[in-house]
Amino acid sequence: MRGEGAFPVRLRFAERGKVRFISHRDAARAFDRAFRIEALPLALSEGFSPRPKVSFGLALSVGHESIAEYMDVRFSEPVDLEALPARLTAALPEGIEVTGVALLADRAPALQESVTAVEWELEVAKIDESEVSAEEISLRIEALFETKSLPVNRIRKGREDIVDIRPALTRMSVIESGSVGIVLTAEIATQPAARPSEVVTVLGEDLRAVRVLRTAQWIERDGNRQEPLIADAARVSEARAS
Amino acid sequence: MTALWPRIEPLLDRVEKPARYIGMERGAQVPIHRPDAVSWLLVYPDTYEVGLPNQGLQILYEILNERHDAAAERGYAPWTDLEALMRSRSVPFFSLDTHKPAGEFDVIAFGLAAELVYTNVLNCLDLSGVPVRAEARRDEDPIVVAGGHATFNPEPMADFIDAFVIGDGEEVVGDMTEVIGAWKRSGRVGGREAVLHDLSLIMGVYVPSMYEVEYDGMAIREVRPRYPDVPSTVDKRTIADLGEWPYPKNQLVPLIEVVHDRLNVEIFRGCTRGCRFCQAGMITRPVRERPLEQARTMVAEGLKRTGYDEVALTSLSSADFSGIGELVSGIIDGQEEACGNVGVSLPSLRVDAFTVGIASEIQRIRRTGLTFAPEAGSWRLRQVINKLITEEDLYAAVDGAFSQGWRRMKLYFLIGLPTEMDDDTLGIAELAKNVVEIGKRYTKAASCTASVGGFVPKPHTPFQWFGQNSSEELQRKVGMLRDATRKGGVKLSWHDPKATMVEGINSRGDRRIGKVIERVWRSGGVFQEWSEHFKVDRWIEAMAAEGLDIDWYTTRHRTGEEIQPWDHITAGLHKDFLWQDWQSALAEHGLPDCRWTPCYDCGVCTDYAIEHVVASPFAPAGGSQGTGQDLSIGGAVPVRFLSKPGVGVAR
Repeated sequence: MRGEGAFPVRLRFAERGKVRFISHRDAARAFDRAFRIEALPLALSEGFSPRPKVSFGLALSVGHESIAEYMDVRFSEPVDLEALPARLTAALPEGIEVTGVALLADRAPALQESVTAVEWELEVAKIDESEVSAEEISLRIEALFETKSLPVNRIRKGREDIVDIRPALTRMSVIESGSVGIVLTAEIATQPAARPSEVVTVLGEDLRAVRVLRTAQWIERDGNRQEPLIADAARVSEARAS
Repeated sequence: MTALWPRIEPLLDRVEKPARYIGMERGAQVPIHRPDAVSWLLVYPDTYEVGLPNQGLQILYEILNERHDAAAERGYAPWTDLEALMRSRSVPFFSLDTHKPAGEFDVIAFGLAAELVYTNVLNCLDLSGVPVRAEARRDEDPIVVAGGHATFNPEPMADFIDAFVIGDGEEVVGDMTEVIGAWKRSGRVGGREAVLHDLSLIMGVYVPSMYEVEYDGMAIREVRPRYPDVPSTVDKRTIADLGEWPYPKNQLVPLIEVVHDRLNVEIFRGCTRGCRFCQAGMITRPVRERPLEQARTMVAEGLKRTGYDEVALTSLSSADFSGIGELVSGIIDGQEEACGNVGVSLPSLRVDAFTVGIASEIQRIRRTGLTFAPEAGSWRLRQVINKLITEEDLYAAVDGAFSQGWRRMKLYFLIGLPTEMDDDTLGIAELAKNVVEIGKRYTKAASCTASVGGFVPKPHTPFQWFGQNSSEELQRKVGMLRDATRKGGVKLSWHDPKATMVEGINSRGDRRIGKVIERVWRSGGVFQEWSEHFKVDRWIEAMAAEGLDIDWYTTRHRTGEEIQPWDHITAGLHKDFLWQDWQSALAEHGLPDCRWTPCYDCGVCTDYAIEHVVASPFAPAGGSQGTGQDLSIGGAVPVRFLSKPGVGVAR
């Protein structure tokens, strides 16, 4: 992320409500249009077919919500960081909200490679709609952490693999009883990774996730954990609470 | 009002592309439903991705929502996965904007762009809890309306639709709102029959239940209005000046990828090139250009509002727009202020050097593929269909394109045209091979795709009397072309001849086809435009069950005396003009474009007291314009220039 007159920015955004049903690619296209609507000075790549220099972090699955999504974008000249979150939010689909921006330091590493852990809030309920208690889920979580391995079937590029997700699970606990089921929080590593749906599966084949919300992403540097907006920032600007 | 969203939301985790069903696009209206206003549900009876870009629906959506006595929402056919879940949980068909049950609207209006969506209309009605057959509906059921090009032969859908709109919808939806609103506020006095009767008196509205059809064996003896004040012939509705209708003003920006995913600005409506196979060109006359300044404003503001990086300048032949050069260079030059490059696309390109010049201006960066439509493989046959492109025109255009960096050419053709012989068909392979040869002079990567579709004769065209080729015959011609293109770098793609046959049944069908459509729908035949859902056997079995002969409807040549099922609907074209043009076709005589040459009186302008609205009496660039015409007599036409006198539409 270097270049003359370049102004590299990291954005944090939330994706909540109906808009959670769009894909990661659709969200990228929505940002692309929002930059144009606001006539922001995007830096373009060189070459035969110049493209804006935009890179997204970890993908968010269709149907999952988040309050901790990140993307890096490079402007060709300085922009007003204070005003940026509100300008973009107004140009983005309802439910996507830019909640913070940071001017990136030179030589900031790529988002996708930096994030080491992700936190999720999951609301789980019984598939057969029978009652489930917070105590029961707590016991099941304890049992999970006593196992040595948690194999799950994962289909990648049409091939079925058996993957052990135990090493990815770092922390899990019940928060409260939700409107439908039990709300729990789970921290999952990215190398190796586990999907929220896989976590629900190992918690019990009789359970399904009724709501999945990404609450945080973490970057670990020299033993310290930091939010991506802070980790590589030269200057941070948080959006006013809306 | 009942919002269905809480019942729909839990189903969306289990379906493909759930964002099809969420709405809330940029440009979406906030409909205000007042109890005494008329609520319209505008439905495109195909998937969201196919239906959302439809400009007709978006135009009416805005026009109706601007009215105080109306509110409009949109609906699209749910894919089969969601439909199954909806049926199992008794969730009815819903509007996209506020997820309101379709059955709660006063009007459900379908856009019928093509015939293969007909079964989806029945499915959407059934999912709404509205009786599919018009005769079974009660006073409190919605009025079911249909518009779009396919309604120029409304008869196959006459059993299911209460009122058809024939022609431009901009004005007529207002007239219908007033009639339906008055009836609703009166406490539905006189019942459904009364409101349908009143609707049938609006110009451009056809109410099939106001007419009786009498048969003589298979032939139609008479189509008779049931009341003395109901018109015996229904005229299409035409807006005289496109400049008065700068819609859509807020084009919808979908959250997921759709077809034609770009800003669309209609630069003119109507076409007088006179291609004899083309129904759109016949039924949308005369030519009405949008004023250049308005087009410019719509492009500039549209790009700014939507954030799109591509704009399509739409019409039936965009290079014919009087101000095309200025409009295109204005967009290209203006892009320095805009954010990045803006792409311009011109659907329906003519085949000539001027067009390639424009194309090279708008595709400065990515010059990969260019599409032309010669439509027929020989000059003789192109005279029959009045698509007067010479081989020299085509080769010069292609040479120009390859020399400027394009590598892939796509050529569109029809097979099964009137008088077509195998030599004409094989001419397609010959043309395509020659195109590749020309390309090889410039690049080894040169390629040419010949895309062939089976010709379906359409109502209100000179070819409406022609018996179409059987699916076997079309298949034989496809096979012949496959053999002829095995060598020479030509790729061949073709449309399923069986689907062409089904289109033919519906295109020129009469009211008896309604029962066939219903049978196909009841047997599970939805999304017939999608090859994974299309099964020709459903149609063959349904025709047999109704005792109807497929050949009688499709491959049979009609006589001039025969009453056609759509003869009581008119696009303004005189039947003698169409017959004369059919005879000229058989004699291989072309007919010039009346925009730039004197009027030959097809009937439209004279009958409706409207005229071409074009900014220039001359063709937009010199030469033959790819029509082979001598345009030296251009300028002698009584065209109306872009001022706005109050020319009324004859009622």
